[in-house]
Amino acid sequence: MARAVSTRRKITMTIIGWSIGLLIFFPVMWTILTSFKSELDAIATPPKWFFFNWTLENYQTVHARSDYFRFMMNSVYLAVGSTALGLLFAIPAAWAMAFSPTKRTKDILLWMLSTKMLPAVGVLIPIYLMFRNWGLLDSHVGLIVVLFLINLPIMVWMLYTYFKEIPGEILEAARMDGASLTKEIVYVLTPMSVPGIASTVLLCIILAWNEAFWTLNLTTSNAAPLTAFIASYSSPQGNFYAKLSAASTLAIAPILILGWFSQKQLVRGLTFGAVK
Amino acid sequence: MATLQTKSAARLMMAPAVIALLIWMIVPLSMTLYFSTLNYNLFNPAQTPFIGLTNYRFFLTDPAFFTALTNTLKLVAGVLAITVTGGILLALLLDQDFYGVNIVRLLVIAPFFVMPTVAALVWKNMMMNPVYGTIGQFLNWIGIGAIDWFSAYPLTSIVIIVAWQWLPFATLILLTALQSLSEDQKEAAEMDGAGPVSVFWHITLPHMARAITVVILIQTIFLLSIFAEIYVTTSGGPGLQTTNLTYLVYSQALLQFDVGGASAGGIVAVVLANIVAFFLVRIIGKNLDA
Repeated sequence: MARAVSTRRKITMTIIGWSIGLLIFFPVMWTILTSFKSELDAIATPPKWFFFNWTLENYQTVHARSDYFRFMMNSVYLAVGSTALGLLFAIPAAWAMAFSPTKRTKDILLWMLSTKMLPAVGVLIPIYLMFRNWGLLDSHVGLIVVLFLINLPIMVWMLYTYFKEIPGEILEAARMDGASLTKEIVYVLTPMSVPGIASTVLLCIILAWNEAFWTLNLTTSNAAPLTAFIASYSSPQGNFYAKLSAASTLAIAPILILGWFSQKQLVRGLTFGAVK
Repeated sequence: MATLQTKSAARLMMAPAVIALLIWMIVPLSMTLYFSTLNYNLFNPAQTPFIGLTNYRFFLTDPAFFTALTNTLKLVAGVLAITVTGGILLALLLDQDFYGVNIVRLLVIAPFFVMPTVAALVWKNMMMNPVYGTIGQFLNWIGIGAIDWFSAYPLTSIVIIVAWQWLPFATLILLTALQSLSEDQKEAAEMDGAGPVSVFWHITLPHMARAITVVILIQTIFLLSIFAEIYVTTSGGPGLQTTNLTYLVYSQALLQFDVGGASAGGIVAVVLANIVAFFLVRIIGKNLDA
C-alpha cells in the first residue's frame, strides 16, 4: 500500500534527487557537451555550459585522423561474435540443467561460477604466449574466443534462472503429444524463453563491449576495439579535450542506450541470482 | 520425470559448455603454475631451467610485491567504502516517490555502462586536471584552490574513478533488495512509535544485509583485477604508488618479459581471489534451489 506523501516533501525530494542524479551523471554529460565545442571553448575558464559555437568538427577529425569506424566495427564483431558463440554453448547447457537436473547440477553451476572468479592475470601469460605462437595476437578469432569464455558462466547462469521459470508441465504436455526433443526445443521452449535470451544477450554484449583487460593486452591495431582506441588518447598532445570527448561519446553512446533498456536484467545477471 | 534417454541427452547438451570452461580453467592455469617454477625470460626463451619455488621467494620478498598488495587492498577497501555507503544512500533516495524518479535512476546507473578507458581518461583530463578540469575550476571558484589530483593523491584519484564506475552496481542491487521490503513491516514499526532513523537501523538495514554482503563480495572479485583505469592514467606510477597486483604481474610479464616471476605473481593473485570466491560461492550456493 503506497503511503500518502505530502506535496512539500515530494518537491523537496525532487530537488535533492535531481541534484544528486545530475551530479553523478555530470562527467558523462560534460563529455557529451564538450564533444560539440571547439578545442578553445573546451578549456575555457569559466567553463562554457551551453552557450558556445556548437560544432561537429571534432567528430569529423576523430574519424579522419584515426579511422574510428574500423575500431567501432571491431567492437561490434567482438561483442556480437562472442555473444553468439556463447549462446550456442550456453542454451543447451542451461536447458539441461533447468529441466533435467541431477544431483550434481548445483555443483556444476557453482563450479562454472567459480571460473568467473579466476583473475585474468592468473592466466594472462600462457594465453599471451599461446596466442603469439599460434598467430592469434591481434586477431578477431582469438579475442572472440576469450570474451566468449569469460562471459560463458554468466550466460549459463542467467539462462538457467530464466529457464527455471518456465513451467515444466508445458514441456511434459508437449512430450505426451509426441513432440521430439528437437521439436520441443524449437516450438515450445524457444518462444517462451525469448525474453530471457534477449536479456542475456544484452548483458553479454555490454560486458564484451566494455571489457578492457584482454582487449588491451591481446590487440595492437588490426582487431583493436574501441577500448583500445580510447586508450590511445592517454598520451595527449596539445589541445585534445574536444576530440577525446567526441571519441568517448561515440564509444559509449550505443552501450549506454542498450544498458538503460536492460537495467532490470543487470541485477539478475551480475548477482547470479543471489539477490532477487 | 526424466527418463534415461533425456538424462543422457541432458549430459550431452551440458558437455560443450562444461568442457570449454574446463579447458579454459585447467590448461592456462596449470601452465602458469608450471612457468612459475621455471627461470623463464622471454629474452632467453631457449633456456628455461627448473628452479622450484625461487620465483615465489623473489616475488614475495620483492618490496614491490608488498607495495602492490597494500595498494590492491587500499583500492578495494576505498572503493567498497564509497560504493556501499553511497549505494545505500542512493537506494534509499531512489526508493522515494518524487517527480522524475525513473529518469534520475537512469542518470545514476549511467556510469556503469561507460567503458573503463573512457571513464579513466575523462576523469583524469576533464574532471581532475588542476588547470582545465571542472573540479579544479569549481574549487578555485569557491576559493579552496585547485588540487593536482594525480600528482598529489594518485591512488585516491584511481579510487574515485573506480568508485564512480561501481556506484551504480551497488545502488541497483541494494535498490532491488530494498524494494522487496514490505511496507507493512515499516508501517507497523512506525505505529509503534519508531522514528525514521530507528526504522532504517532496525528494519531496513538488516533486511539489506544479505544484498550488502553480495555487493561486497562480487565487487571485491572485480576490484582485485582493476587494470585498464591504471593502465591509461598512471601506468602504475608515480613510482609504484598506483601499482596493484594485477598491474605488477602485467608489467613483469609483458614489459620486463620475466615469465617465471610474473607467473608466480599470477598464482598469488589467484589464491587471493579464491579466498573471496570461497565465501561468495557458499552464499550463492545456499540461495540456489537446484
